[in-house]
Amino acid sequence: MSENNNQNLLEVNGLKKYFNINVGMFKSKPLKAVDDVSFSIKKGETLGLVGESGCGKTTVGRTILNLYKPTAGEIKFNGKVIKTKADLNEFRKKATMVFQDPYSSLNPRMTVSDIIGEPLDVHKLCSDKKEREERILELMGHVGLNSEHASRYAHEFSGGQRQRIGIARALAVNPEFIVCDEPVSALDVSIQAQVINMFGELQQQLGLTYLFIAHDLLVVRHISDRIAVMYLGRMVELADAGEIYDHPLHPYSKSLLSAVPVPDPKIARANKRIVLSGDIPSPLNAPSGCPFRTRCQYATEKCALSMPEFKEVSSGHFVACHRVDEIG
Amino acid sequence: MALLEVKDLQTSFFTDAGEVKAVNGVSFNLERGKVLGIVGESGSGKSVTAYSIMQILASTGKIVGGSIKLDGQELVNAGEKVMKDVRGNKVSIIFQDPMTSLNPTYTIGSQLKEAILLHTDRDKKQAYDRAVEMLRLVNVNEPEKRMKQYPHELSGGMRQRVMIAMALACEPDILIADEPTTALDVTIQAQILELMKDLQEELGMAIIMITHDLGVVAQMCDEVVVMYAGSICEQGTADEIFYNPQHEYTKGLIRSLPSVNTAGQKLKPITGTPIDLLNMPKGCAFAPRCDAAMKICIDTKPERILVNEDHAATCWMCIKKAIDNGSIIVDNNSKGGDAQ
Repeated sequence: MSENNNQNLLEVNGLKKYFNINVGMFKSKPLKAVDDVSFSIKKGETLGLVGESGCGKTTVGRTILNLYKPTAGEIKFNGKVIKTKADLNEFRKKATMVFQDPYSSLNPRMTVSDIIGEPLDVHKLCSDKKEREERILELMGHVGLNSEHASRYAHEFSGGQRQRIGIARALAVNPEFIVCDEPVSALDVSIQAQVINMFGELQQQLGLTYLFIAHDLLVVRHISDRIAVMYLGRMVELADAGEIYDHPLHPYSKSLLSAVPVPDPKIARANKRIVLSGDIPSPLNAPSGCPFRTRCQYATEKCALSMPEFKEVSSGHFVACHRVDEIG
Repeated sequence: MALLEVKDLQTSFFTDAGEVKAVNGVSFNLERGKVLGIVGESGSGKSVTAYSIMQILASTGKIVGGSIKLDGQELVNAGEKVMKDVRGNKVSIIFQDPMTSLNPTYTIGSQLKEAILLHTDRDKKQAYDRAVEMLRLVNVNEPEKRMKQYPHELSGGMRQRVMIAMALACEPDILIADEPTTALDVTIQAQILELMKDLQEELGMAIIMITHDLGVVAQMCDEVVVMYAGSICEQGTADEIFYNPQHEYTKGLIRSLPSVNTAGQKLKPITGTPIDLLNMPKGCAFAPRCDAAMKICIDTKPERILVNEDHAATCWMCIKKAIDNGSIIVDNNSKGGDAQ
């Protein structure tokens, strides 16, 4: 989807987000939710961000939009670093978010037209009532809602339709970039495909760029141009979607991909899964060195001593693993 | 004789808005040592079917018709005394959410021991030993230490293992797993599914796997029941359902899944939204969303028809096809829908 456009829309450099967690009555400890993450997204591209719960993928999305204040790091949008409040205000007209839970992310006391109209009011994008109304109806049309839905409340809709309302709200400011945080995981299978298709159509019509956060790897594979894998607050692998599926290099990506249940009995029965032992360590007590080493079958002494560098091993394929040359 | 025979089960919830027929005429058989998958969307009645077997329905729910036979013994209207013996002892259930299905105020050990003391003749010491043995069986490390811990000290995957240990402690014939891995991460899901499969082979129990994830079904199940709006639309062996689906809903579900091959293409979704159980259509429940719906589909409910001996569907299209090629197989219903 980004054939002849290689300009980076968003650049994230060394992003860190630490939360202070109270561990005793007077002591607190930083929880490194996101630790030194760097990547870029090209115009019109979809970057999929996958990982298990607690790996920091949602925090990355929220910190980019400054819903959480970054602890460190720099975010460049259209080549410009976002520093001041004015920058941020401008940025938020260009970058919005679709949330995971279509039930709690819509105010139950507001009508659909108020929900979709709110960003228009906040950013003063419409000069009069009539224009506002027309814009709301246009947005509802984009996401396949009828005009008669405008005066209804969110509880009158099914999960899939609510997610459409949330998407219309995200589109209201005419954004270039949308963070989609697990937008289809709360939906039923038969509805999921409708909403996934809509994301694709909107991207083509409006030239949108997505950061698509999800834990369902088949959905991410379907929608993404490139995929990044996170583990315990760090990015462990980043490559083209096809490349990462066919040739995952990091041991974690390998086991993650092999763990996906394939909806095909013959493949599923023949599939040799790499079943990881143990659970994700707590980010409060992250292991020294490589965060994955406690569950990694290839871990050596070196892995405990130093953090592997996130480096490019082949064109566009980044991995953070000490032993990538031996096990790749 | 099948281990579990469910025939024309009907379960309704009586709400202020009217009677909700959550399960409406469900029939299937479960053989010893087999894994049966029940697939469907939220509201399709898959969980209510399981809760009906265990008779743990909410107070507004009631089994209004049909029969459930376990090892030949009728369970519907059998009374609480019989059910107490069945629950936990012959049929066990594990729930979707391992976070809320353990009591946070008791240790893992005391909850495990409670289940064992209740259903077996073991004394306290033996119950403790059995509990530790069960934790070891489900690959919980340091079982003696875990016995003294509280649920909040364990991770989600570990808690689900404890739930499985509790469910299996009394060696049930049937384990009902209601979305056992939906709340878990993929790598943990893989661990739990692997564990269930191993235990099933080792202990020879039957499993009813309730899920919305066709991937889990493909991996785990011998036979599959597809439910929509409280009824079964298609049932058969896993291979038949995945490679030879006949009902438009099943076809739609399989078609709509993203896969490695669909990248960059459009998915083919099922149109429309799931049905409102209070407003059921007269004919086939799926007809309003079905691309192939005919006039008869809207007016009249279809009958179940055998596609072949391993496969049955409830769809007018299949009936039409069978009549057209003269191969109609009458389902005498004596098998209760099990594909043997």
